[in-house]
Amino acid sequence: MSTAIEVVDVSKRFRMYKERNQSLKASLMRGRRAKYDEFWALRDVGFEIPEGTTFGLIGENGSGKSTLLKCLARILVPDTGNVRVNGSMAALLELGSGFHPELTGRENVFLNGSILGLGKKDIESRFEEIVDFAGIEQFIDQPVKNYSSGMYVRLGFSVAINVDPDILLVDEVLAVGDASFQAKCMEKFADFRTAGKTVVIVSHAMGSMRTMCDHAAWLEHGRLVASGPATDLVDSYIDKTHTDRPVEEAVHETGRHGSGEITVERVELLDGADESVSSFRTGEAMSIRVHYRAHQTIERPVFGLAIETIEGTYVWAYHSRDGGLDITSVSGDGFIDCTVPRLPLQPGTFDLTASAVDWTTQHTYDLRRHITRFDVEAGEPRESGGIVAMGATWSPIKGDA
Amino acid sequence: MIADLANVRTRELLANLTLREVKGRYKRTALGNLWSLINPIATMLIYTVVFGYFMRVQIEPSPTGLDVFALWLMCALIPWGFFAAALQTGLGSIVANANLVKKVFFPREVLVASSVFALDVTTAIELGVLMVALMLFGQMVLPWLPMVLVLLALLTLMALGFALVLAVANVYFRDTEHFVAILLQIWMYATPIIYPFTYVVRAQESLNVWLAQWDLSFPLTTLWELNPMLHFTQAFRSVLYEERMPSTTDLLWCVGSAAVALTIGWYVFKKFEPRMAEEL
Repeated sequence: MSTAIEVVDVSKRFRMYKERNQSLKASLMRGRRAKYDEFWALRDVGFEIPEGTTFGLIGENGSGKSTLLKCLARILVPDTGNVRVNGSMAALLELGSGFHPELTGRENVFLNGSILGLGKKDIESRFEEIVDFAGIEQFIDQPVKNYSSGMYVRLGFSVAINVDPDILLVDEVLAVGDASFQAKCMEKFADFRTAGKTVVIVSHAMGSMRTMCDHAAWLEHGRLVASGPATDLVDSYIDKTHTDRPVEEAVHETGRHGSGEITVERVELLDGADESVSSFRTGEAMSIRVHYRAHQTIERPVFGLAIETIEGTYVWAYHSRDGGLDITSVSGDGFIDCTVPRLPLQPGTFDLTASAVDWTTQHTYDLRRHITRFDVEAGEPRESGGIVAMGATWSPIKGDA
Repeated sequence: MIADLANVRTRELLANLTLREVKGRYKRTALGNLWSLINPIATMLIYTVVFGYFMRVQIEPSPTGLDVFALWLMCALIPWGFFAAALQTGLGSIVANANLVKKVFFPREVLVASSVFALDVTTAIELGVLMVALMLFGQMVLPWLPMVLVLLALLTLMALGFALVLAVANVYFRDTEHFVAILLQIWMYATPIIYPFTYVVRAQESLNVWLAQWDLSFPLTTLWELNPMLHFTQAFRSVLYEERMPSTTDLLWCVGSAAVALTIGWYVFKKFEPRMAEEL
C-alpha cells in the first residue's frame, strides 16, 4: 500500500505576543517587533497515512490536531520537518468561507469552486449535483445573504465535497445540517472511501471516529502519543481521558421540577461490589441507587430513571411501576436500587435522569434531569460502534467459500 | 507569477475573484454601476470649479488646439485615481479576506491582483467616457486606443507591485492603510495632475533666485521627475490630450517602474506569504 501523506518530524512554533502590537508606533518604540513567548503547537510529529484509508487525528482541545491539519492543508508551513502529499487535496476546514453575501448561490458555487481548485468546466459539469446535494434548487439564484445558516453550510459542504480530490481533510464539520443531510454526508464519505480515496478527520466525536477510521494518530500537547489502528487507539484514548477526569466534576444537572413532597436527594452509581464509581465497562454490573426524602407520608410513589447519551439521544427509561413494584407508602429518608446485570452500552458518556412521581405518573414530586453523568469504557462484548452493545454473534457463512 | 499564471485554475480563480469584486461593489445601491461614472464626474466638477475657475490654473492648449481644463485634468486624474484606489484596496485585500486565507490554501497573490484588476474594469469605463468626450471636442483619439491600453496595463502592473508590498505590510502593521491614505494625498499633489509641470519649473527658478544669495541651488524639477506617476500621467496626457506619442523618457520610466515595482512586490510577497495565515 502506498502512502498518501507522509508527515516527517513536523514541528510548528507559534509566537505568543506579550502585547500584540500591530501598530508601527509600538514597534518603533521597542526598537524591534514585539516581545513574544514561543509556543510549540507541534513537536517532532511523524507518521504516515496510507492511501485509501480513513485516518483520524485525536486528542484533547489544544493538543495540536487542528494545527497539524492546517499543516497538511498547506495553510500553515511547519518550522521544521515537512509534509509530503501524493495526490490532489481539498480541505473542509470551514464551510462556505469565501462566499460573498451579495452574490447569488449560483455565482458563489463557481467562486467557491475555483477557490477550492476546481476548473470552470468541472464546476459546470457538477453543478446540478452540487445544487441537488445541498437541496436548495429553488434558492440558487437568490443572494446567499438571504440563506438560512443551514442552507449556507449545506451549499458550502456540497461544493467542497464535489471537488472530488484524492485526499480530503475534514475538521469537525460533520455536524452540519439536519439529520437527513448528515446521513447524506455520511453516505458521501462512504462513497469516497469505497472509491479508494484518503480521508483525514479531526473530531471529538469518539464514537464516530472509532467506526469511521481505519487508522488514527493521537496527539497530546503537540507530541505524538501513538499512531496505529483506530479501534485500539480510540479505546485507549477514551480510557486515558476518562481516568484523568476528576470525579467531583459530575455536576451536569440541567433541570429540576416537581411539587416537592418527595425529593430525590442524590443518585449513586454502584459496581458489582457495591462500590460507588463513575465509570463502568461494557458488560459489567451496574446498580443505580436513588436516595430520596419523603417530607410527608406518600402512598404508592413511583421512581423513574432515564439515560441519555451526552449528545442527547434518549437511550433508555424505566420506572418502578412498569417494573412491577407497588410501594405501599414512603416516609422519611431511604433509597431504592435499580440493578443492571450486564451493562449493554457501548463506550461513551451518558447522563442519568431520576424522578419521583405518583402512581398515575401524571403528577411529578421531583424530577432531576441529568442528575449524574457516567462513562462507559470498552469491555465485553466489544462491538464496532453505536450506543448499544447487543452481544451479537456472527455465524460462519453458508454457501461456497 | 509567470509560472502561477500559467496554471489555468489560478487564472480562473483570478477571473472569478475579480468578478466578485466588480459585481459586489455596487450591489444594493440604487444607481449600481453608474456610481463608477458619477464619482469621477463629481471629482472633475469640483477640481474644475476650484482650480480651473477660482485658482485659474493656466494650461497650454494642445497642438490640436484643444483648450479645456476639465478634459486636460481628467486625462491625468483618471490614471491617478486608479493608482490610488488600487493601492488602497489592494493593501487591505489580505486582511479583508483573513477568513479565507486562514481556511483555504490557494495562491494568496490572487486576492491582491483581483482587487487591482477589478478597478481596471471601472477605470476602462471611465477612460472610455473620457475618450467619447474628447471626440465630441473634435479630438481623434481612436487611433491611440491601443497605446492607452498599453499604458493602463503598465500602470496596473506598477500598482500591483506596490499593492503586494503594502498588503504584506498591512498584515503586520494595520497602521499601513492610514499611513498610505496620507501618503497618497501628498503624492497626488506632488504629481502634476491639477497643475502643469511648467509650474514646477517656475517654482524652481524663483527658489533658485532666492537660494542664489548663499550660492545654493535646488534641483526641484529633477526631484519631481523621480516620481513614476509624473511620467505615467504625462504619458496619458500626451496620448489623449495632445494626440502624440509619449516622450521616450516617459515611456522608459513607465516600463522601468512597472518592472521594478512588480519584481520587488513579487519578491516581498512570496517571502512573507507562507506565514500570512498565522499572522492574521
